[in-house]
Amino acid sequence: MDIDLMITSLPKLLNATLVTLKLLSASLFFGLFIGLFFAILRVAKNRFLNIFSYSFSYLFRGTPLLVQIFIIYFGLGQIDYLKTTFLWSILKEPYWCAIIAFSLNTGAYTSEILRSAFETIKKGYIEAGKSLGLKYSTIFYKIHIPIAVKQSLPAYGNEIILMMKGTSLASTVTLLDLTGVAKYIISTTFKPIEVFIVAGGIYLIMTFIFHNIIKYLEKKFSYQ
Amino acid sequence: MELLYFGDNGWGDELFIATLMTVAVSITAMFIGFIFALIFTPLKLSKFKLFNFIGNFYTTVIRGVPELLVIYLFFFGGSGAIMYVAQIFGYYDYIEINAFITGAFSIGVISGAYSTEVFRGAIQSIDKGQFEASKVLGLNKYIYFFKVIMPQMLRLALPNISNVWQITLKDTSLISVTGLVEIMRQSYIAAGSTREPLFFYSFAAVLYLFLTYISMKFLNRLEKNYSRGF
Repeated sequence: MDIDLMITSLPKLLNATLVTLKLLSASLFFGLFIGLFFAILRVAKNRFLNIFSYSFSYLFRGTPLLVQIFIIYFGLGQIDYLKTTFLWSILKEPYWCAIIAFSLNTGAYTSEILRSAFETIKKGYIEAGKSLGLKYSTIFYKIHIPIAVKQSLPAYGNEIILMMKGTSLASTVTLLDLTGVAKYIISTTFKPIEVFIVAGGIYLIMTFIFHNIIKYLEKKFSYQ
Repeated sequence: MELLYFGDNGWGDELFIATLMTVAVSITAMFIGFIFALIFTPLKLSKFKLFNFIGNFYTTVIRGVPELLVIYLFFFGGSGAIMYVAQIFGYYDYIEINAFITGAFSIGVISGAYSTEVFRGAIQSIDKGQFEASKVLGLNKYIYFFKVIMPQMLRLALPNISNVWQITLKDTSLISVTGLVEIMRQSYIAAGSTREPLFFYSFAAVLYLFLTYISMKFLNRLEKNYSRGF
């Protein structure tokens, strides 16, 4: 056991943790909107929209995240047309490619979580809102959303932790996140166990923190 | 489409073999995972605090740490650990472990943690009366476990085990970083040599979708079969 290596690698790994957290927060932020959008399409009455939304979530949940990143990072660069548009300034950065892939991926899972939350809302609540003469938007923001948030919190907490682990794949497209730096240190020092303990410890601490935040929110939102 | 021809001119046969490799690694990993679950589920359900701690430590650490990091641990640390053990027995040569074994083992450790949780949940949700009844009937331990608990547990565990299978199948894409030629690695090679990354990675996605679709159909049928009468 090489304690010195663990101590010297800790600052580097903590620095890389910031990259991981940035990737995580950006993709969760965008993913939430994507998820909400597709969840609404999924519960819409239009059959075409349902199928569209279902195929989106099936596509992203049925393939590995690594494939999705590679398609976006390596694949989209092949389309010459894209290089002439403003999109190219985003797509040539591995950082943004990773965020796009993560957002779409977590969006697909989030849409499933939100859909099942929307489906548990009792019809009576909506009917009550309608008979009170509320607008559609008011019904949506004041009835749908609060109930769905409460229903989906436990599952969404899991999704946050899964996504945190998912950000480790950013290291495959040359980004130096926590896993990327850990791999770099391992491959230069050949001391995998020490680095694993430090990097794994940081991940576990993050898991622990997210877990407790969600637990606290669950308590806050339960109306017993 | 000529990129997918079988033979020397296309990548069809290579990708086909790579798909079989993915399936083989997934099944091996799932099997290794079951062995781990068989060890750690009793530990988690045990009355002793120390055993509980060991079981919880395994599932918490593996489920809280990214899969890629676990794979790097075994990829870089695997042969070192084996050599260390071999040196105790007086073998000093360099030992290199096959990429398949490293990959299947590391994915197996990960899927084992998920399987452990699934089996623990399934056993805990079996009615207490069943345990007591088999005790009262004086069944021996073997019959008690294999004829009373196991069939009920399998029915409850199967839907979640099929989730674990899907996760395992998708996780095998990560062991391409160790150089094992499965779908992802083969697409990477093909994309590199033909400069058609979009086509090959999309095709890899289609292959994975195909595998998840087929296994979902199969597992759904198995589930129906197991829950007859419920």
